[in-house]
Amino acid sequence: MSPAIAALRPDLAVIARHIPAGARVLDIGCGDGSLMAVLRDQRGVDARGLEIDPEEVEQAVARGLSVMQGDADRDLADYPNDAFDYAILSQTLQTAKRPDWMLDQLLRVGRQAFVSFPNFAYWRMRVSLMLHGKMPVMRHLPVSWYATENIHHVTVADFEALLKDRGVKVERSWFFAADREVGAAGANWRAEYAVFQLSR
Amino acid sequence: MATATASTSSSLVLPSALPLDSGQALYHVEIAYKTYGELNADKSNAIIVFHALTGDQHVASPHPITGKPGWWDRMVGEGKPIDTSRFHVICANFVGGCMGSTGPASAGPDGEPWGMKFPVITVRDMVRSQVALLDALGIGTLHAVVGPSMGGMLALSLAANYPGRAKRVLGIATPASMSAQNIAFHEVGRQAIMADPDWNGGDYYVTGKPPDAGLAVARMAAHVTYLSEAALAEKFGRRLQDREAKSFSFDADFQMESYLRHQGLSFTSRFDANSYLYISRAMDYFDLAEEHGGRLADAFANCTARFCLISFDTDWLYPTSEMRKIVHALNAVAAPVSFVELSAPYGHDSFLLDVPALDRVIKGFLE
Repeated sequence: MSPAIAALRPDLAVIARHIPAGARVLDIGCGDGSLMAVLRDQRGVDARGLEIDPEEVEQAVARGLSVMQGDADRDLADYPNDAFDYAILSQTLQTAKRPDWMLDQLLRVGRQAFVSFPNFAYWRMRVSLMLHGKMPVMRHLPVSWYATENIHHVTVADFEALLKDRGVKVERSWFFAADREVGAAGANWRAEYAVFQLSR
Repeated sequence: MATATASTSSSLVLPSALPLDSGQALYHVEIAYKTYGELNADKSNAIIVFHALTGDQHVASPHPITGKPGWWDRMVGEGKPIDTSRFHVICANFVGGCMGSTGPASAGPDGEPWGMKFPVITVRDMVRSQVALLDALGIGTLHAVVGPSMGGMLALSLAANYPGRAKRVLGIATPASMSAQNIAFHEVGRQAIMADPDWNGGDYYVTGKPPDAGLAVARMAAHVTYLSEAALAEKFGRRLQDREAKSFSFDADFQMESYLRHQGLSFTSRFDANSYLYISRAMDYFDLAEEHGGRLADAFANCTARFCLISFDTDWLYPTSEMRKIVHALNAVAAPVSFVELSAPYGHDSFLLDVPALDRVIKGFLE
């Protein structure tokens, strides 16, 4: 693995490793374009981004990336069908107004999708909630309930149920705790966050 | 430091007639232009900048009439976001203008000034003439085309009508078509000019008495649209001009009035009223979708350029919602497009003023 890919957040590194060279990619909630820049520079990927924060967009554009400022909850609808080989939604699903709509859009504009999200059923979450009776604030979800942008907390089991419901196929999945990969067995307990590669 | 950017003033007569969208043609079209920075050996570092309605080719060098710095002096120059130590920047006065390019004040076929006999021109006609200029200069593919405000219309028109001619297309605070409100403000300005008895049906070049009063009012009305309400409130509020109390007259009591009157008057020293009529008309006629069968996305169907579009949150002349239409059309054809709405307090004129984020985006996009 190239150092540039290894330097990415673990969920992004997994995604970067599994996108073939030359692919057309839409990174939704691309931030300052770190993943896009690596995909472009390391894999010759034609990467486009969508980001709501103008300052992040500005930084991404300054890197020579093609990034649109916009609200994925609304603007994804403007992209044509099958415009991309892969649509990426990293750590953003839980902030969507309608995650189910978002999932449909990902697999409409992209042939495949990568989705990563924090698992609200991670055992530390469960323990924290059980012991304190308060919405957990921890390393992976560091913002208080009233200030967080995460309006749809989701668990691995919830997400898998939604995929089943929507007839979405799981190509691959990866689970992480403390930035180390953990097995799929008991992932709904053991995973701090998850990455799914999906297809229609 | 502020050293003047080295520049070259030139002018050339297009080698062939300029066909116009109206069906007419213009012969012996002269284009006045300025260049900044060296053209490299393989002619791959050229950037054409299109000016705004009342702009001109003096983008980064002092204006010959007013002596003021070039209209985009803060953006174009050595070490600036459009860096003339790397890029060869070309800026030409539009056909229909009054700073050396053929326009209504130029001599017509009979040797007399054209006046209102000058044919009505369009944005696409202006682009066609500037592409002819590039051809004459031997410049094929542009590193970039850059246009703020009306210049953005030309940039989009060039991208749509000459796909492949520019590798990068940068449009700032610009629409894909003029809205009813935009046309309305233009019409107010034109009627002010034509209501001035000195306008004389456009034949004022011989009398030596141009319709300055009308042109000043046109500029005043337009100037209001270039600024945000908040900018006016901040800059002038209800403050009085050089007086303690209202004068109970129609003197310029308010600073706002005094400023507008000054803007209007000083404009008349550097701009021709008939040029204002023709260029504002060209803008009104601009509708990129209409030119391409009614669907804006079709205008960009053959584009290979990278696009960057920038709007300002306080611009109510060409608001973000108008720019998003362009962005959506580009997305529909999967063109590589960046878009950002920048926060700046000044309204439409933000593109001319100190907005550091604008500098960063432009610099980054042109890399």
